[in-house]
Amino acid sequence: MKKNFNKALKLVLVFTIIFPVTGISQTEMDAIMMNKNQFCTGLIYDRSTWDHYWEGSYKRNNENLGEVSTQSLINMSAYGITNNLNVMAGAPYVWTKASAGTLLGMKGFQDLSIFIKWKALTSSFGNNKVSLIVLGGVSTPLSNYVVDFLPMSIGMGSTNLTAKTMLDYQWKNFTVTGSAAFIQRSNNKLDRDSYYDTELHLTNEVKMPNASQLQLRTGYRGKYIIAEALLTKWTTLGGFDISKNNMPFPSNRMNATMIGMNIKYTLKNLTNLSLLAGTNYTVAGKNVGQSKAFNLGAFYAFYVNKK
Amino acid sequence: MKKIFISIFILMPGVGMLFSSCSKEITESTDNTAALTPVNNDINAGAWKTIMLTSATEFSVPAPISTATPDYIAQINEIKSLQQDLNSEEKRIVKYWSAGAVLRWNEILRELVAKHNVPPYQNPDGTYPAPNANNPLAYPLFPFSNPPYASRAYAYVSAAQYDALVAAWYHKKLYNRAAPYNIDPSVQSLLPKSDLPSYPSEDAVIAGVNIEMLKLLFPGDQDFIQQKAEEHKRARIISGGNIRSDIEAGEALGKAVAQKFVVRARGDRAGAAGGTPAIWAQMETDCINRGETPWISLEYPKRPGMLCLFGKVKSFLFDSLTMVSQIRPGVPYSTASKEFKNETEEVLFYSQNASRERMEIVHKWADGVGTVTPPGHWNAIAAEDFIKQNFSEVRWARNMALLNMSLMDAGIVCWDAKYTYFNPRPSQVDSRIKTLTGVPNFPSYISGHSTFSGAAATILGHIIPERANAYHRMAEEASISRLYGAIHYRSDCERGLITGKKVGNFAVLRAKKDGAE
Repeated sequence: MKKNFNKALKLVLVFTIIFPVTGISQTEMDAIMMNKNQFCTGLIYDRSTWDHYWEGSYKRNNENLGEVSTQSLINMSAYGITNNLNVMAGAPYVWTKASAGTLLGMKGFQDLSIFIKWKALTSSFGNNKVSLIVLGGVSTPLSNYVVDFLPMSIGMGSTNLTAKTMLDYQWKNFTVTGSAAFIQRSNNKLDRDSYYDTELHLTNEVKMPNASQLQLRTGYRGKYIIAEALLTKWTTLGGFDISKNNMPFPSNRMNATMIGMNIKYTLKNLTNLSLLAGTNYTVAGKNVGQSKAFNLGAFYAFYVNKK
Repeated sequence: MKKIFISIFILMPGVGMLFSSCSKEITESTDNTAALTPVNNDINAGAWKTIMLTSATEFSVPAPISTATPDYIAQINEIKSLQQDLNSEEKRIVKYWSAGAVLRWNEILRELVAKHNVPPYQNPDGTYPAPNANNPLAYPLFPFSNPPYASRAYAYVSAAQYDALVAAWYHKKLYNRAAPYNIDPSVQSLLPKSDLPSYPSEDAVIAGVNIEMLKLLFPGDQDFIQQKAEEHKRARIISGGNIRSDIEAGEALGKAVAQKFVVRARGDRAGAAGGTPAIWAQMETDCINRGETPWISLEYPKRPGMLCLFGKVKSFLFDSLTMVSQIRPGVPYSTASKEFKNETEEVLFYSQNASRERMEIVHKWADGVGTVTPPGHWNAIAAEDFIKQNFSEVRWARNMALLNMSLMDAGIVCWDAKYTYFNPRPSQVDSRIKTLTGVPNFPSYISGHSTFSGAAATILGHIIPERANAYHRMAEEASISRLYGAIHYRSDCERGLITGKKVGNFAVLRAKKDGAE
């Protein structure tokens, strides 16, 4: 099978809810670029559940929550300004539910994210190809959802700036991609005038710790099929632990190490259309749910004003 | 290649600027509170009616040393030498404590309440451990400062501060010892000067009361409390407002007065308020025998109802007979009645039709786990307004005592009703009712938030009449927030407000007669 970067959707998604922290569709996770003037858009459904969580580093369940599920329907689009410069956007609708206890699930539009992706360098030697990709993005709440009702809240309410560097290596159809991101998070606001984290704060404003995200992905990248295994590490740079039997809080030190898989299949007789499926599982964490997630999506790609 | 690196160099500073423009610094509501400059020193407050003290002279304060003694001069020199080279931390503590001793210790108490307001985690067998005051640092940490516990803590500290300051004011007037900067003009005053006699130090009185009261109420936090007290006393000397012997006399008086309140607290029946398995079972049986559906814990594992005998705790503003005959609300709607069914349906409506506006009200007033509790919230509301009034410390203490005795007594009355009637929560009788905040683990009738808020709004409206309407609007919002949150029936909220106002009126009666008005 030939190397092929065009014709169809080049988005692969990792979607993980960490007490819905990173619940932003992360279209900027892979090393694949859209061609110039190519536009694609689609929908992804994601379902993430957990019945155990880490309170600090103590792993427990909670019969007053049972299984907490977060479901999302995400519209994602990407456009190739040039072959080496893409812009992409995502907007999820999220709804949560606890299977036990009395807490009401929340629902609403979460955060709009917009990313610019720039393939800064490419170098080939024989069957080997190395690319350096730089990304920058912003995400911000689309609605005035409740932040201060974890784990039922649908998001964290902060506006985030992301800077990311990605190195992609390809040998024939085998690929390895590593990326490192820094996420600057703005303060967010609660509906109450004071809160306690490790001390009492007489304000409704919460200083949200920044975060980093590292990812390694590897697998097969063909013309019709892309299949990759993923290792993702989300680290909150600061924040505090949930104290014993206390409620979670937006500025907790939420860390998670996740493993997952993504498959994307482009239809041979209708190459505009591609389908994707993925799973993700949290293997270690702090102050997050041990989520199991899967997602399904369909994308349609075409050239705008093709010459 | 070169071009690419150039573009990166152009791009990077742009991104850097974008990131650094997002300042995260937060100014909290009392960070910049100005130094307390009372409009009136209340120089005659030594005659105000005390709560526990038999008189302002019950504990004697020795006469201050003569200003001509070497000891006095040495103490003046201590201030001068401290003031010579102030570092930023010393300036910070002077500024921080200058906002007012009652204010700052109230904030510290709220912090301790919020820290300890976490229900214990269950044992492996599904029972729950009880915090132990004699071993406060072992899990579960002592105390679990839930709303009744917190209301009592705020009340004891506030009442003890008030009595101690009345005694202090009596001795201030008696000895009429001027502040160090008024005796020796070469002592700087880092704060606005005051004509109030400085012996004994009102700041040290308050620190002494808190050291002693908090040993009882938050015994596991001694290092934190002692550190705050040391900082407070040091700030007063650095500021030039007190010499060391002002501080020592004040602290001793504060501690002595607090001891009276500690003795009262040890005998007020709060220690037994948790009840026993036999009492829990009896309350349920009594309710069934009345033909009603009894309250059942909605937690898993099932948790015994919070402080089921808190209604038996000794109140400040009235006796238990008065409580039962004049204040206790009438019976709730029968769980079999049409009214009860209608009210349950109304709760279901709010559960299923949660608007963002109502959610904001629910969360603004939720004051649940990990917070300062509803009594603490009303302390914050009061403190914010008291700052603007420029009360003297003794008037601050008096008003906080009136507020917090109301809140504690409201808690007692409310808990008495809850466990007298043992009424189920809406989610218990209709499992479709999902809640916008945690369901408190005690019976429904009457709403604690409503009772606390009715009491607080009433006494605060008396203290600052021009804010009375605003306080009652807040109380109504706090009350209805519990219906919006789908954890209370409308009648819980309405009866709670009415009952709270009755409690608040007892505080108003006291206020009218205590000599401060």
